[in-house]
Amino acid sequence: MMATAATVDPMLPQPYSVRQVVKETSDTFTLTLEPPALEPSSGVYRNRFQPGQFSMLWVFGVGELPISISGDPAARDRLVYTVRSVGQATQTLVSCEVGDAVGVRGPFGTGWPMQQAQGRDVIVIAGGIGLAPLRPVIYEVLHNREKYGRLVILYGARSPHDLLYRRELTAWARQRETQVLATVDYGGLNWHGNVGVVTTLFKYVRLQPTRSLAFACGPEIMMRFVARDLETNGLARENIYLSMERNMKCALGFCGHCQYGPHFICKDGPIFSYDRMRPLLEKYEL
Amino acid sequence: METLEHIIAEHPFFAGLESYYTNLLTGCATNVRFDGGTYIFKEGEEANEFYLIRAGRVALEIFAPQRKPIMLATLGEGEILGWSWLLPPYQWKLHAHALEPVRAIALDGKCLRAKCEQNHDLGYEVLKRFARIVEQRLEATRLQLLDVYAVGRS
Amino acid sequence: MATRTPALLTLEQIERLVLLLHGRGYQVVGPTVRDGAIVYDVVEKLSDLPVGWTDEQEAGRYRLRRRNDEALFGYVVGPQSWKKYLHPAEVRLLTAERSGHTFRILNNEPAPPRRAFLGVRACELAAIAVQDRVLQGDRYGDPIYAARREGIFIVAVNCTQAAPTCFCTSMGTGPRVRGAFELSLTELVGLGKHEFVVEAGSDAGAEVLAELAPAQAVASQATCQEAEAAVERAASQIQRRLDTTGIRDLLYSNFDHPRWDNVAQRCLTCANCTMVCPTCFCTTVEDVSDVTGTHAERWRKWDSCFTQNFSYIHGGSVRSSAKSRYRQWMTHKLASWIDQFGSSGCVGCGRCITWCPVGIDITEEVRAIRESPASSSQVRKESSHGNP
Repeated sequence: MMATAATVDPMLPQPYSVRQVVKETSDTFTLTLEPPALEPSSGVYRNRFQPGQFSMLWVFGVGELPISISGDPAARDRLVYTVRSVGQATQTLVSCEVGDAVGVRGPFGTGWPMQQAQGRDVIVIAGGIGLAPLRPVIYEVLHNREKYGRLVILYGARSPHDLLYRRELTAWARQRETQVLATVDYGGLNWHGNVGVVTTLFKYVRLQPTRSLAFACGPEIMMRFVARDLETNGLARENIYLSMERNMKCALGFCGHCQYGPHFICKDGPIFSYDRMRPLLEKYEL
Repeated sequence: METLEHIIAEHPFFAGLESYYTNLLTGCATNVRFDGGTYIFKEGEEANEFYLIRAGRVALEIFAPQRKPIMLATLGEGEILGWSWLLPPYQWKLHAHALEPVRAIALDGKCLRAKCEQNHDLGYEVLKRFARIVEQRLEATRLQLLDVYAVGRS
Repeated sequence: MATRTPALLTLEQIERLVLLLHGRGYQVVGPTVRDGAIVYDVVEKLSDLPVGWTDEQEAGRYRLRRRNDEALFGYVVGPQSWKKYLHPAEVRLLTAERSGHTFRILNNEPAPPRRAFLGVRACELAAIAVQDRVLQGDRYGDPIYAARREGIFIVAVNCTQAAPTCFCTSMGTGPRVRGAFELSLTELVGLGKHEFVVEAGSDAGAEVLAELAPAQAVASQATCQEAEAAVERAASQIQRRLDTTGIRDLLYSNFDHPRWDNVAQRCLTCANCTMVCPTCFCTTVEDVSDVTGTHAERWRKWDSCFTQNFSYIHGGSVRSSAKSRYRQWMTHKLASWIDQFGSSGCVGCGRCITWCPVGIDITEEVRAIRESPASSSQVRKESSHGNP
């Protein structure tokens, strides 16, 4: 039960304390936040989230950002976020030190359809920082190995320096029934992995299209290419899921910013099946 | 024992090709190996064959003055390497660098071109397969060109 | 609820109504003349109302003019709507104080006054219902809206005249008020009389009405017919039409219609239409902090899909052209709103037409698209021999 959830105003950020900041790449950091006044005796934590959900992170006096939760859904005593520093608010956020407070609202949005994925192969396709909202899926599958079929992780980044969670990628590859393939758009001569966009990895995977569910997250145009190729490989549109992104101010469905055709990304998404997105994805300036 | 013809027929590139044609192709085929770190071919050299990769990874590289070599793509098991043998001037336009020990079937370009000229049905089957590869690589290049992970583009 | 029979109020009783509502602890807000327009503000006494004023409206034009009578509600609609009170243009979301590493949220906003709205038109009542659905009828409710909305005493007014910009009859919202109100008035003025047919729409309304002791507890049939005819007259004055048949699919399937380019050449993306629209609800949030960095506030402010920043995600705006922003506004208002909230987002008040500085008319834009839908504006195939 979410014992305290009812008393929390979804409009007001709760101060969480920064427990750890890990530099992943030159501009991307992973923050671990700890909720205030944990009630360990009760064993009740508010941090229950579905893989794929996001929070609104508020930096005191600076601004608020929608950030996907990238941690382990089983670890209820903390929330983990992977943030790319691209503006003032994200820059301030990643500059936090241990013990600093960050405002947290959420979690918000729909998660990846883990229920539907049970008994099936899970194909995770990530581009760039898009691996962050998919990492909880990977944790969930690896913790509950018997519930799911094969786990395939296809990951594309700009360059070898931009690959997130490199040690975990190696560790995941050693798990049973798990295939991990990474590729970069631009490889240096010291890079001995794959070079090419993420879609070039499909040929190394023996997909069982009728018993697979594919989850893709990355730049929208990358997801368009990915979804198209998955369909060519025999996956039905309703078995392909995408994590969408739009400007967001409230995450509650009433600031209006995240509208995408008839959908509000914040409350109807951010996870949508490809058959729902397909009519909209190719509309310029929708 | 795995015959050459069997290997060709089983390779994804020739999947679904009738045995009459795989038999014709076998006449132009040789089993080859490359050590890791060696170059399978280099830019400017005569393009006399193409390769069905059976194992190992190959990088396609290009050099530019005052720059480090650029790795454009990597190819691996189940893929084909090279189409310059198909069209004049039959010269390689990139370096092919074996990143690991590579096993492949080499198909002799001149031999294959002659057979395709004689048997247009075979020619059409071969061209269809190459067209798909070209389309896939063009698509991948377009996506790469978009540099989708860069920040602050407008 | 028992059937309510119309009663009759005198002008003096309207004055008493205002005082009575004050007495019951309501802040009465209603129409008043300011800066050459009829706007909503606090009403203390009858003379605060736009007595003897009317408005002249056309696309891109609004003027006040004296009437030759002393009507209180002899105008149509002004630039403001009741969202001014229910969903304010600026509202503080929170105040926070930094203390050491952490911060405290000080949620010490005073409760908004309990308000009575005097002079709510049918289209505006419909607009309040639309915003109710958006801001408190979905997965999350907006507590700020809810606090302002709860316990509002609505005195609605039936329109007895229409502006050339009105099209409530197309949207099924007016000119007769329907839905949730406490009292509704129909003003009858002229030939030496000035009276109001009043109906209670709720128990609270009935209670207030009883306390007013109407001049006639049951209005005569003739008076009722006169009131009916006055509303009918307003309906018959309405010239603008917006054909809503299949409008959702019409707009969805005309995403690439050339009319969007046409309207984009006129649209200044000034956002006026969204500010005056009684249903537009979009907001942004601004953070402020003091110099020492110990005190921070978050302010929610009306935003508009006509601004470039509205759709900004790192790297740029999704809707950077004027064309895409006008299309978003109109398609949302008339089409995707139906998918999102089960009704149109447009109530036909005509404010967006009046207050558009270049006179863009939403009804005209819909008509233009309807008259040449996508299928006929596509490139036609030439015949095989190359002759036309």
